Amino acid sequence: MKVSVKWLRDYVPITETTSEIAHKLTMAGLEVEDVEVIGGDWKNVFVGEIIAVNPHPNADRLRLATVNLGSKQVTVVCGAPNLIVGDKIAFAEVGAELIDGHTGQKAQLKPAKIRGVISEGMICSEKELGISDNHEGILVLPHDALTGMLLADYMGDTIFDIAVTSNRPDCMSVIGVAREVAAQTNQHVSIQTPVYAEEGVAIQSLASIAIKDPDLCPRYCASLVTGVKIGPSPSWLQQRLLASGMRPINNVVDVTNYVMLEYGQPLHAFDFNKLQDHRIEVRRAQEGELFKTLDDIDRKLTKDTLVIADGKRAVAVAGIMGGQSTEVTDATKDILIESATFNAAILHRGSVALNLRTEASLRFEKGLSRELPLLALKRATELMKELTGCKVAKGIIDVYPGKEDPKQIVFSAWEVKRLLGIDLSVEEIITILTKLDFECESTGEAEEIRVTVPWWRTDVTCKADLVEETARVIGYDSIPTTMLSSSLPEPQTLPMRSFRQKVQDVMVHCGFQEIITYSLTSIEMLQKLSPKNEYEGSQPVRAAHPMSRELEYLRTSLRPGALTTLVRNQRYKEAAIQLFEIGSIFLHREKDLPKEKEMLCAVLSSVQPKLFWQGTVELVDFYTVKGVVETLLSQFGIEAAFNPGDDESLLAGKNAVVVVDGDPVGVFGEIHPRVARAFDINDTAFLIELDLEKLFSYVVDIKSYKPISRYPSMIRDIAILVDVAVPYERIRKVITASSLVNQVVLFDLYSGEQVPQGKKSLAIRIIYQSSEHTLTDIEVDDVQKEILDALSHEFNVTLRS
Amino acid sequence: MLDKIEWLASQAFDDLHKIANLKELEDWRVRYLGRKSDFSQILRSLATLSPDERRVVGAKANDLKIKLEESLTQKKSSLEDMVFSSAIDALDVTLPGKPVTLGRLHPVTQTLNEICDIFIGMGFQVAEGPQVEWEYYNFEALNMPADHAARDSFATLWMDYESEPGHKPMLLRTHTSPVQVRVMERTRPPIRIIVPGRVYRYEATDATHEWMFNQIEGLAIDTNITMADLKGTLFEFARCIFGKDRKVRFRCDYFPFVEPGVDVSIDCFMCAGAGCRLCGNTGWIEIMGAGMVHPNVLKRVGIDPDVYSGFAFGMGVERIPILRYGIDDIRLFFSNDLKFLQQF
Repeated sequence: MKVSVKWLRDYVPITETTSEIAHKLTMAGLEVEDVEVIGGDWKNVFVGEIIAVNPHPNADRLRLATVNLGSKQVTVVCGAPNLIVGDKIAFAEVGAELIDGHTGQKAQLKPAKIRGVISEGMICSEKELGISDNHEGILVLPHDALTGMLLADYMGDTIFDIAVTSNRPDCMSVIGVAREVAAQTNQHVSIQTPVYAEEGVAIQSLASIAIKDPDLCPRYCASLVTGVKIGPSPSWLQQRLLASGMRPINNVVDVTNYVMLEYGQPLHAFDFNKLQDHRIEVRRAQEGELFKTLDDIDRKLTKDTLVIADGKRAVAVAGIMGGQSTEVTDATKDILIESATFNAAILHRGSVALNLRTEASLRFEKGLSRELPLLALKRATELMKELTGCKVAKGIIDVYPGKEDPKQIVFSAWEVKRLLGIDLSVEEIITILTKLDFECESTGEAEEIRVTVPWWRTDVTCKADLVEETARVIGYDSIPTTMLSSSLPEPQTLPMRSFRQKVQDVMVHCGFQEIITYSLTSIEMLQKLSPKNEYEGSQPVRAAHPMSRELEYLRTSLRPGALTTLVRNQRYKEAAIQLFEIGSIFLHREKDLPKEKEMLCAVLSSVQPKLFWQGTVELVDFYTVKGVVETLLSQFGIEAAFNPGDDESLLAGKNAVVVVDGDPVGVFGEIHPRVARAFDINDTAFLIELDLEKLFSYVVDIKSYKPISRYPSMIRDIAILVDVAVPYERIRKVITASSLVNQVVLFDLYSGEQVPQGKKSLAIRIIYQSSEHTLTDIEVDDVQKEILDALSHEFNVTLRS
Repeated sequence: MLDKIEWLASQAFDDLHKIANLKELEDWRVRYLGRKSDFSQILRSLATLSPDERRVVGAKANDLKIKLEESLTQKKSSLEDMVFSSAIDALDVTLPGKPVTLGRLHPVTQTLNEICDIFIGMGFQVAEGPQVEWEYYNFEALNMPADHAARDSFATLWMDYESEPGHKPMLLRTHTSPVQVRVMERTRPPIRIIVPGRVYRYEATDATHEWMFNQIEGLAIDTNITMADLKGTLFEFARCIFGKDRKVRFRCDYFPFVEPGVDVSIDCFMCAGAGCRLCGNTGWIEIMGAGMVHPNVLKRVGIDPDVYSGFAFGMGVERIPILRYGIDDIRLFFSNDLKFLQQF
């Protein structure tokens, strides 16, 4: 909302600097986002009158204009096409700071000789003055501008651009802002009551108004003016519209816009003679009803839209936009002026449905006061008579089915203390609220008052609102600073959060960079993971109106995000890229919010061996990845089995399922080349995916202490031959079954030359230790023999000589 | 005999001075202190002397032997020092070290953890809630009924789910505030929670706008909680995050779920309030919205607003690293470029 300070002065004395007022308004909730000073730079610019225009002796397209500045006359060279003797113009003397019409940069006006003629200044265009981009011709001022006065005195102003919050539609008006300025600067607002003469027949005998749905239109007022002469508005009105960011159209439209800016009440002017049966009816639109709005667009209405109809058809979308059929034109003579209150919710719904936001709808949808229409209508009628030379029919039609009593709230000083932490006496509170036109009276109870809310404050409905009003006047700065002293709640932990943080830590320690990817994805992304181009698992949940195809579905897997990120970073040719994300996937559930399941997804790839001067560092392989999984599980005391997996995104024979207590909790392995191609991954890549919620249920929270043996350990290395098909894990289990075995380390695996076909050679270090005594060679020999016998018996293992 | 001892001694000390390495020192030891050395022979020949002579010469010889041995030890350690501190086998310390792969948390996670820790220190507990929400929790329960104009400031991503013909009540939460309501539904005061999490808006992205971002919400409900407590809590937070000299400014603002409502700014840490590019020449940087929980919100969850009061606040998480590190494009956070992520 752009508000001219000059205009504000009509209602409230401005006693402080504009920057002080802007600051106070901002602190009080009317944020002044921008302060524009019109004419602040016009140091040597005056109002002048063109008294003669002569041809330039040496140029066809230039002319010599003689300008009267009151105290003197000057002649300048001018190329503008619109030089007319008698016009008032803005004249800049040498030394003025103007905007160069060609470069757009600010420059100081210097004396110039143009084609041999000395020019003692310049007649300015709007662009040169910085008012607009118009550089077609010179700015022609209204004739009431006094010759010789500073242009800044005539046209200068300060414009506040205020971000009005949606609870304060009353402040979407100059009078509303004036009330705030008054309260913040200890002044009073004065508003003139409109006065105009009525004549002829009473409006009631000429027009009729019916409200079909009083809930949606609690009040409808109208006046009738006849014999209107359509023409341009006077310059003062045009200037105010322009200062407020509105374009002047003609005197009738300008009056409705002017009163809307002044009072905040949107109005509409109907060409009375085009209203069938001279009748107005407020009703819901019929489903599918077609209507052509003023902007020449055919619109299909729904029953959630309110329309104004005449005897036959809809003539306006109520509170949003008028229609072409009853539009005011140059030929219009008689006008019905509408000033009404519409239900905020239906207005909002209607303007969203039509995708049509107008100055009117932006005000109505925030809930305007029902007391406003009559005042605004009278003001508009007064101006209409003044500016269009019309006659005003007697009376006003005021259909007011939704009249309400003024709101009253019982309030006390305790309430202020309770919410703000400040001690104020009831007297102080009365003084504060009175500044904002709240009426306060005693309820008879001590320290308690009954507050009557001024009619324009539709936002104030409860005690907390009055606390805010109090705070706004005394200033939020005066609220003290204290620390919470109330009792602490029962301790409640969020175990999943702590678990997640620990998992993050382990991944970071393992050298992984955390990433965060979007929660929305596309079907194509999900399909890339599957050989049949089908997404796995449940049907993803779709956005009703997706922002783009790439962001259409809630992700059902973290894989696409992680793989896409891997690809994005391939170009850096880092030796190894290791990324992980912990985040939710969203699984469809019938008649319920989707299940949000927390997952871990990590991806690794080796672009090239890491170069190092002592020799290269190895590439990532399947066992690097398994090491990460094992490290993670061991941190939480989880014992898992690793079974060959059949994940479709992973390469057969190179992927494993992580199983805890018979429950699969995740997979890892090498990315299938088909998936790698689909994502444009150039290098061998691996993936880990773990279901964190499942994993969490297997966390061993209470770790138990095992005493550290005081006795020395004994190391024995063995090399055995066994069938290739026997998994190592089964051999390990047999060895560790012996109670003296403390640790088993596989340190070589070999098959090939010197090893029989179909066999593999395993070199295993067994560390023996007892917690009770020092082991003897004989004892260990015996145990080891038992182990070898068992291995030989179960897997036909032989010792390699 | 005594003369010979004296002479040997001076000879030995002279030689010791000239010794430059451990090898020479060993030769010296053999020559002067070895079993076949003149000195050892003198000591052995003591037996041939008279008891008086033996006492004098013996004492002198022993004394000298101790001195020689001490000097030997000293010389040895100083020679060893010379060897260790000389650069004969020196490594090229400028060669690169063996690379260690270091992982990092995402800067947003780092910031979330940091913020949570600050509030946990003030007695707040972390709560979480669903990212896909019902319209009820995201709007209605927060004092924004259907068709309320304030809903416009939350450009909403609705889900394609119909509860009844024409009504789609499922959405991606536009703020973390729905979790306030969920917690208040199941907990009675005193309540002191913070809620970190992802939120979503229907918004075209550019350098300053992202459709997905993170918020942290705070809520404290009890008897006698005031706006002064809110000021104190946020003041403490601002000092922890932006430095101990920070000032906090409250000004009136409107959010439907609080009353009175507050826009919270801190004084600009770049210019200390003088006005610069970071703060848009205002001296203040907006960091969050806050206020006293609206009585309608409390009533709806069955908490009596005449008995209990409380405050709530909510802030964008990405904004903090943006301000702190001068990040000029919010889209960098979720594009996950390693060259960006590795800077934090």
